[in-house]
Amino acid sequence: QSGSSLRIVSAALKQGQITPTELCQKCLSLIKKTKFLNAYITVSEEVALKQAEESEKRYKNGQSLGDLDGIPVAVKDNFSTSGIETTCASNMLKGYIPPYNATVVQKLLDQGALLMGKTNLDEFAMGSGSTDGIFGPVKNPWSYSKQYREKRKQNPHNKNEDSDWLITGGSSGGSAAAVSAFTCYAALGSDTGGSTRNPAAHCGLVGFKPSYGLVSRHGLIPLVNSMDVPGILTRCVDDAAVVLGALAGPDPKDSTTVHDPINKPFMLPSLADVSKLCIGIPKEYLIPELSSEVRSLWSKAADLFESEGAKVLEVSLPHTSYSIVCYHVLCTTEVASNMARFDGLQYGHRCDINVSTEAMYAATRREGFNDVVRGRILSGNFFLLKENYENYFVKAQKVRRLIANDFVNAFNSGVDVLLTPTTLSEAVPYLEFIKEDNRTRSAQDDIFTQAVNMAGLPAVSIPVALSNQGLPIGLQFIGRAFCDQQLLTVAKWFEKQVQFPVIQLQELMDDCSAVLENEKSASVSLKQ
Amino acid sequence: MAAPMQRWVGRGRHWTFARVDGGSCHRREAPTGSTSNRIRGRSSVAQQPLYTTQKPRKGEHKWAAVVGLEIHAQISSNSKLFSGSQVRFSAPPNSLVSFFDASLPGTLPVLNRRCVEAAVMTGLALNCHINKKSLFDRKHYFYADLPAGYQITQQRLPIAVNGSLTYGVCAGKKQSQVIPKTVRIKQIQLEQDSGKSLHDDLRSQTLIDLNRAEGQLRVDANISVHHPGEPLGVRTEVKNLNSIRFLAKAIDYEIQRQINELENGGEILNETRSFHYQLGCTMSMRDKEGKQDYRWFMPEPNLPPLVLYDATSLPAGADPQQVINIDQIRETLPELPSVTRERLVQQYGMLLEHSFTLLNEVGLLEFFQNVIKETRAEPKKVTSWVLNTFLGYLKQQNLAVSESPVTPSALAELLDLLDSRTISSAAAKQVFEELWKREGKTPGQIVSEKQLELMEDRGALEQLCHSMMEAHPQVVMDLKKGNPRVINKLIGLVRKATQNRADPAMIKEILEKKLSS
Repeated sequence: QSGSSLRIVSAALKQGQITPTELCQKCLSLIKKTKFLNAYITVSEEVALKQAEESEKRYKNGQSLGDLDGIPVAVKDNFSTSGIETTCASNMLKGYIPPYNATVVQKLLDQGALLMGKTNLDEFAMGSGSTDGIFGPVKNPWSYSKQYREKRKQNPHNKNEDSDWLITGGSSGGSAAAVSAFTCYAALGSDTGGSTRNPAAHCGLVGFKPSYGLVSRHGLIPLVNSMDVPGILTRCVDDAAVVLGALAGPDPKDSTTVHDPINKPFMLPSLADVSKLCIGIPKEYLIPELSSEVRSLWSKAADLFESEGAKVLEVSLPHTSYSIVCYHVLCTTEVASNMARFDGLQYGHRCDINVSTEAMYAATRREGFNDVVRGRILSGNFFLLKENYENYFVKAQKVRRLIANDFVNAFNSGVDVLLTPTTLSEAVPYLEFIKEDNRTRSAQDDIFTQAVNMAGLPAVSIPVALSNQGLPIGLQFIGRAFCDQQLLTVAKWFEKQVQFPVIQLQELMDDCSAVLENEKSASVSLKQ
Repeated sequence: MAAPMQRWVGRGRHWTFARVDGGSCHRREAPTGSTSNRIRGRSSVAQQPLYTTQKPRKGEHKWAAVVGLEIHAQISSNSKLFSGSQVRFSAPPNSLVSFFDASLPGTLPVLNRRCVEAAVMTGLALNCHINKKSLFDRKHYFYADLPAGYQITQQRLPIAVNGSLTYGVCAGKKQSQVIPKTVRIKQIQLEQDSGKSLHDDLRSQTLIDLNRAEGQLRVDANISVHHPGEPLGVRTEVKNLNSIRFLAKAIDYEIQRQINELENGGEILNETRSFHYQLGCTMSMRDKEGKQDYRWFMPEPNLPPLVLYDATSLPAGADPQQVINIDQIRETLPELPSVTRERLVQQYGMLLEHSFTLLNEVGLLEFFQNVIKETRAEPKKVTSWVLNTFLGYLKQQNLAVSESPVTPSALAELLDLLDSRTISSAAAKQVFEELWKREGKTPGQIVSEKQLELMEDRGALEQLCHSMMEAHPQVVMDLKKGNPRVINKLIGLVRKATQNRADPAMIKEILEKKLSS
């Protein structure tokens, strides 16, 4: 278990072993040290220091707001932050400063969290590499880890180390890199087809996608309204539960949030026994493209559950093979609709052409959106054409229902959670990744994750082990709708069994080791 | 945007649509693609008046017109359909715009409960079937006053469908006969209003006001003509008609234009047209707005289905703040105009056309009922005074009922004086005129000050008649020669001499007696 979890540092703050300002400054200094990772688009240093100061006062007065008070967090740059530029990594929104906070951002601030900055992503969250935004690609901190470097040294073919850095996955790659490089304790991502779980898997983190409707989307600049959920990236499952506890709940500003009472806070019991548990293994997820390493870890994980007394069942999700195509149709149609508001009139980029309103729209949108966004808008409009509507859009909606029913049937057969891979393989080098276009990569990388979004279910990626190359591999647990707590409880048990190693970045940021040392001592003192 | 709108869609010679908006109410024309719609369209056509060209030639085919109206009406609500910002008439531009109204990225629509209730109430009033589950859709088009690039509406499954409205059409020589008619309502839908564009041609720029909701009724009319028994013709849509008079003119013009066009071998294009108020004709709108069916729809993913309950489906223990109960709204529905009219006819023996007039003028019915409550006079008398004298004065001075200088009590007192034969009806008119001057006097005071009481001294009246006959021997001669109508002249002279205080019937009786003696 990482010695630098949110829970542990929160306890250190409560005990006065470290002050919010010290913690904030250490994280700010790490952000500077790791600037080359390109994790952040905006570092909100002043805001964070001011929030730290206020937090410190609260601690002094014994008025701490709870577990998140004084905790540095980062937010993906597609969540609206009042007074802080929110770009979606797009020219279209460069310079756009929202006048309001997304509900999830507001909730974090209300709990006393420190906003360190806004993290990098693929433009408008359209991508699976965090390589396609106007601020450039995000670099995976594991590229610089001791674990990865040592493995590379053993291979004489690997010479050109610096240009061979790895992608983080995406689209919430900036948030993943920020948490992975210790610049914050939790980060918000968004998850439409896997955008939180995918980079979590590649960066050795816990990446949690809550049930649709559990957490407000108000202020999240949408990709696909019917699939988007705010995601949570942390270094362990308990931390994700703490953040979920702060975020979950109905929001009058988001009519799709549910009103049913939920158990709060999300305290996760430590499962002593998994014998009453039934784990489903969807057979359709075993596909030829799956790397042998991931496949073997997946199978080991199933064995682990079985050996500990859980029932492990093979289940069928028969419409899985149609899922990615269906996702593509639904995603692009909603994109075509959601992107319509970016016309240069009220906010964001506007071109210099003013011959006519139509000419202005066209040039603004051509200049403001990258090829990927424009391509998806074009596809979406194609699917929505009168002559295509029934054949594509309506059909995709029907298939979506079938896919959601597949999950319902699996759970109705007695399965508590499903266990699947998160990604086909570990992170690949950037130069390798860009050999294929965004669309192809998204289709490959979202293969195990997007069906969950279409069904609105909770899912979490848990880091399991390092690959032969010394890179993290994650597995995904999928739960019943609104059984997020049960899902995380199982994930926590699993996390404890696998003991995923902490990323070793000491060489990279030698003089920052003090932070890590501090936290270690905090964790030690807690254990005593 | 964001003015909440409600649309009604109807079919037939007069398809009626409406929408209620932040609100506004908006009745939408039915898409022509659906077979069932076409069947309904046809069945109504048989009852339509038939049109011919202005100079019908022998043996010529007759034409039938089909008209569908989409009526946009604003809902009377404090805030907009999908945002908490206010609705206020004539507020400064862009002063009532929430982040959602401005379509800032990340904002989401939140449905206004009051607008839903208004839509349900409208649906009930128009005899619609209320859908317990309705859906929202996005209608897409690029236009500067539509900041999201789409409008949230109810295209697929609107809140209310299949209604009807009975109304009267004036006919007969003096337009005094009312013929009852029924129009079918296809659907009522809640719809966000778009913004308002103000074109500044001088500076070649367009200004946008996102307050929306201008409080007016706006109608789009869909019109086609065909020969009875043949398939429906191609329709055109005349947009943005904002008065009933222009609506009627535009429809009549467009029907005639289409007939002329077809009879001269031309064809009708499926296009959007505008009505030119000064020239009284319709013209093709040659911009993008002119293209039909360029808009595409998609379900609105940010609004869950709108679920309504009734007494039988209401879940036990449901929070009344969280649910909308159709039966509860039905109970709060006021008496509908058709019922009121029927009641007036039955209760007061009123002519149907009089009941229409009473209801068409805001506040007039209430005024009438208050007079009835306080007076002993016959309802027919009251009706006549309210509709002729009172309404006449109002119209002449362009006043609303609420601005009237004469209160219901004053009129009631006046009618009592008339009823008890204290004053003549001519004197009553005089009193009414005095009342209109707002001098704060009661009819009783006016009568006694002006000495308008009926002359009851028969002897004095007989004396007056006698002297009048002597003063006008020529008239008496004419009368005796057998011209009985001349007596009115004498009656008039006597009345004038009494300052209208004498009962004309009594004068007539005395004169007749004297003449025959």
